[in-house]
Order: sequence, then C-alpha cells, then structure tokens
Amino acid sequence: MPDTPPFSLPDNPKLVQNLIHFARALRKAGLPLGPGRVLDAAKAVAAAGFTSREDFYWALHACFVSKPEQRAVFAQVFRLFWRDPRYLEQMMAAMLPAIRGVQEERSAKPAEKRAAEALLDGMQTPTEAPEAEEEEDGSEIEIDSTRTISAEERLRTLDFEQMSTAETAAAKRILAQLKLPVQPIQSRRLIAASRGEQADWRRTLRTAARQGGDLQDMARAKRRIRWPNLVVLCDISGSMSQYSRVILHFLHAAANAKGRGWAKVHGFTFGTRLTNISRHLAQRDVDAALAAAGAEAQDWEGGTRIGDCLHAFNRDWSRRVMGQGAVVLLITDGLDRGDADALGREMQRLQLSSRRLIWLNPLLRWDGFAPRAQGIRAMLPFADSFRAGHSIASLQELADAISCPQDQGDKARLMAML
Amino acid sequence: MQTKSIEQIAAIEQVQELLSQQGYICDRALATVVFLSLKLGRPLFLEGEAGTGKTEIAKALAAALGRRLIRLQCYEGLDAASAVYEWNFAAQMIAIRTAEAAGSADRKALQAELFSDDYLVERPLLQAMRPDEHGAPVLLIDELDRTDEPFEAFLLEALSDFQVTIPELGTIQAPEPPIVVLTSNRTREVHDALKRRCLYHWVDYPDFQRELDILHARAPQASEQLSREIVAFVQSLRTEDLFKKPGVAETIDWANCLLALDAIALSPAVIADTLGAILKYQDDIARLHGSEAKRILDQARAGLDTA
Repeated sequence: MPDTPPFSLPDNPKLVQNLIHFARALRKAGLPLGPGRVLDAAKAVAAAGFTSREDFYWALHACFVSKPEQRAVFAQVFRLFWRDPRYLEQMMAAMLPAIRGVQEERSAKPAEKRAAEALLDGMQTPTEAPEAEEEEDGSEIEIDSTRTISAEERLRTLDFEQMSTAETAAAKRILAQLKLPVQPIQSRRLIAASRGEQADWRRTLRTAARQGGDLQDMARAKRRIRWPNLVVLCDISGSMSQYSRVILHFLHAAANAKGRGWAKVHGFTFGTRLTNISRHLAQRDVDAALAAAGAEAQDWEGGTRIGDCLHAFNRDWSRRVMGQGAVVLLITDGLDRGDADALGREMQRLQLSSRRLIWLNPLLRWDGFAPRAQGIRAMLPFADSFRAGHSIASLQELADAISCPQDQGDKARLMAML
Repeated sequence: MQTKSIEQIAAIEQVQELLSQQGYICDRALATVVFLSLKLGRPLFLEGEAGTGKTEIAKALAAALGRRLIRLQCYEGLDAASAVYEWNFAAQMIAIRTAEAAGSADRKALQAELFSDDYLVERPLLQAMRPDEHGAPVLLIDELDRTDEPFEAFLLEALSDFQVTIPELGTIQAPEPPIVVLTSNRTREVHDALKRRCLYHWVDYPDFQRELDILHARAPQASEQLSREIVAFVQSLRTEDLFKKPGVAETIDWANCLLALDAIALSPAVIADTLGAILKYQDDIARLHGSEAKRILDQARAGLDTA
C-alpha cells in the first residue's frame, strides 16, 4: 500500500505475543491465517484501542474471519482463549483424536453436543460478541468432534478405504473418454478472433498508432465461451446402495476434470439429510476423496427423505452454488413416502433455479418400469430430462447420459403414462 | 458539502454518530469495522443477505465524510474497458482523418495527441484513483459475486497498490487511497486472496430495537404503534421457513406502502394486500395466505405485549 497510516505495533509485547498464540489457536481450529493477518490484527487493535472487550472482539473478528461459517468458531475460540489460554489446550486435546481419525463410540452428553454444534454449525449459533460469563458455565464444555448421534436415523459410514484394481482401471479409462457433456455458455467476455463478429477498436487503434496512424485492418473479436457449473445431488439411501459408490467415482472424476466441460463441480449426497461433499471431491486421490466423503455423509444406506433434502438444498445452497447458471444432475430412484405435494414444489423450485435439471433414475433399467410411485409422479413433470441409468453401475452410462444437452430422455414416454 | 478528514475521527462512537446523521443506524460491530477500515486504509468487504444495507453504508459513508461516491456495479463479463478506462475511438478516428486532410506529417505528435488524457474515457476504478478536491472518494464495488474470477484477480492488483496501468500513459497512482467498500450477496464464494486484503464483515439482520431505530430514521411518518407492529411482524417472519427472508430494505418499503394506504395498524387483510412488498417469491407468498399471516401477526403482537 502506498501510504499505510502510521500505526506502529503496540508497545505491549505481551499483547502481540498473545495475538500470535490466538492466531495459532484459530489456525488449529481450521481458519486459514497467514502471518500477515496477525500483523493486521496488531495494527487494528492499536487503532481500535484495548479498552472495551466488544471492540477488541470485533477488531480481531474483522482481521481473522473471512467466511460466515468461521464466525461461530471464532466466537468460541475467542471466548475460551481470552479467558484462560490453558483452557484452550484442553479443548484442543479433546479434538485431537478426531483429527487423527480415531473415532470413539460413546454417547454424547447434552453439553458436549451443544458445544460441538456451536463449533460446527455456524448457521444456528448467535454470533454476538460474547459477554463475560461466569467461570463455572464454560468449564463443562468438552469438544466432541466425533459425530453427534441421532436416535431415529441409521447412521452408517460406508467403507471407502480401498478401491479394487479393476475399478481403478475402469475409472481411468472412462475418465479419459469423459466428453464435454453440455453445451458451453456464451460469455460476455470477448476474445480476439480474426473472423469475429464484433470490432475490437482498442486493438485496431493501437495497431494503427504503431504504424503511425494508418488504419489498415480492423481487428475483430468474438464472444468467449465458458462452461457451466455442475451440481450433483446424489441419493445414497438404502435403495440406491448399489449405485452410490460408483456414482461417487463418477463425481470425483467430473470434479477433477475442470476445464474439460465443467467450471466447478459441487457434490451433495442425501438420504435423510443433505451433505455437501464438494470439498472432499477436490482431493486428487480418489480413495482419499471418497473416504473423506464417506465419513462426512452420515446417512449411508438409511431411509430417504427426498422432499426434505431438496428443501434443505433450495434453502441453504441453491443461491450459493447455482448463481451463475448451473446444470443440476439429480440421481435418485424417487422412492419417497413423504408429502408428494411438498416434493413437487421443491422439485419445481430446483428446476426454476437451475439451468437444466437432469434426473437419472436407475429404476428405469427395468423394461416394465412405469411411474407409479407417488414420489416419481410428483417429481417427473419438473425434470428437464429424465434418463435411465440403464446400467448405472458403469461410469460410461452416466457420462453418456448427460452428453446430450437437448434430449429429454424418457420423459415424454413416461409423462404419457402418468 | 462539508468534508471531514479521517484524522478527525478518533473513536468508534464517532463513526456511529456520523452514520446515524445520514440516517444509517448500525451496530457497534459494523461501526468498529468501518472505523478500522478508515484508519488502516484497508478495503471493507461486506457480505450478507440481500437488503441488509451493504450498499447503503457506502452511500452513507460518502455523505458523512463529504466525499464523492464512485460506484462500480459488477456483472458477468465486466472487463477492464468498462471498469478502468477506454479510449474514445470515434474521436481518435476523427483526429486521424483531420490530420490526414490537413496534411500534417508529424506522426510522433499525432500519436502523442491521440493517446492523451483528452481521448481517455475514465471508468469508475480510474476515477477513484484521481485526486479529488474533497479528499479521496468512496469507491463502492457492488455485488462482486456477480462478476467472474478473472476480474477478481484484476482487482487484487488495483486494491493492493491503488494503482492502474495504462500502456500508453503509464502507471497512474492514487495520491490518497480511496475508501473502498466491496459487497457480495454470496451467490458464489469470492476468492480468499481477495478477502485476505480486506476487512471482512457479515452483515446480519438487525435485532428488534435496531430495526425499529432504522425504521424511525427511514420512515419517520409511521406512527410508533405501526412501526413496532411492522418490525415485530417482519422479525417473526424471519423465523419462518421461507425461501427468501425479508431484509431491512423490504421492511422500509413495506412501511412506506402501508403509509400510502393510510393503514394505522396491521390486520390480516392489509397484510394480504401488501405482502408483495416484503416477500418476493410466489412460494413464500402462497405460504402466508389465509390463517398463516394471522398466526404470525398474533405471535408478533404477543411478543410486543410481553416486551
């Protein structure tokens, strides 16, 4: 910066030291902080003053937090750290087993569950500056970083530890053949092109100036193309169990084939609850990625609540991942016993927010398939394209199914049977 | 317009005071971040739901400090030609033709003339780098999430050094860094590299008292009773499971609608007629039809009575 205001670091070296420790604690808790931010924070504290706890909180907040989800973590760490640093060590120690991947089975005490929720679920936690509380209130909190248990759901983590050599070979082969599945979008950006339809005045004049003012050729430009984002919603309930594994392979392949058809790939799994696994899919190693995704989603091979999960997606994610016109791939058998009207509404909302909604249904591989289940009847009218996952067990079918951007699949035939 | 220099602001309360004079009521947290942004010369990155007053703060800040407000509205495909500068090609062509007709042969002079300030069309980012008699302007880069990654990368340079480079003219450096406010509705994640250079704040929906203060400031004609009912209703509406929750902007709009209809108090019928001012999705409006609106109104009134 040209003229940074003359704020020297605070005189109190203890404070700066503590800020460094605080930043380290935040880093451990998962906030990506570089040393530059600590410097900023020191300057910010010098500017805001060190008199009121609230100002101190918000000054640090402005420097250390850069995402809404981080606010709750920040609030917790702040509250614990600036009261007693030793307390934090205890908390970190409690978190360590989970970080190493050792997960103990034990029932969570109510307070533990609350604290874990406060740490993990930014949306429901009030993020006001914490007020000074009494000591005994906080002293019960221990971080339960293992999963919280819910009584009515059958939680099961699928074992994605190993992938057979045959599977790996097949995945690689298909990956090499993965075509550009949808038509690119005309972007508003221009790119130089000799036969473009628009005049590039800037380049024309610049060339002319180089040649001493002679206008010779007119430089042209055309509109650049860009690829849409892909959002995949994958059903991992019990009735889909045969397919979910291979679908995740496909997802991983698509997520790592950036620039070859997709700008960004967002992956979600749902059974009884919606889980965002996009971050895990970004890992290069397919085994590591699927292991992480398998551990994150907690409702493997349980029941299905399609309506609720679509609702959760529409409410929490659709505006964030579909802002730039995304193609949505919904992979489910549509066997849902919930409220059919609600399901239809959510499906319509999904279709309205997406560029194109493609529904892949593995049940369609049966010749005599008819849309009798009420869930399927509710969802079918809102799918832009309804494809069979004929042998969805192979990635090839999946890639082919979405490589025809205009077709409706079997939608028309099945709509006639409704 | 009375300019106020940043050095005159010594405390966070002053920021709050200055903004409230412009009819912008903010909480201490937001005031702290604004204060730090002014003091440290850092861009301010505001994220939050639509209609929570992110854009408004830049306007209030500009008015309070007596600075010029320069607004750059982002959209997909925004490029340097519309964000930084553009040459006035038509005028350049005419100049070339004139020079040819007049038969002047001095090519160097012609070139220097063609690429001078006279033919430069300044766009918001370049305007913000220019010296201003009232002090550095407030640069509002609005809805950054609407643009794409290449433009973000471009902003990185402009915002960290406060300079832009024009090949024909050289580098133009701001004599005094502008006060930069970036806003995002979070329709996509803005890259961390850009966020890192800014002070971040998530603008949340205000609580009851603050929203009431805002309504008093923005719709002063509304009676105390009506204002309280409006705010209570909107506040309890936000706890409902809606696709798009109403923002503060909607609250103010709605109050103005009710004033125009001469409503003295809320009733289910009035609410049904004016629901379009607060809810913008058909699904949400359909949800609130019939007894649902009455239930929320009763709930809001019950909350008011106990308070």
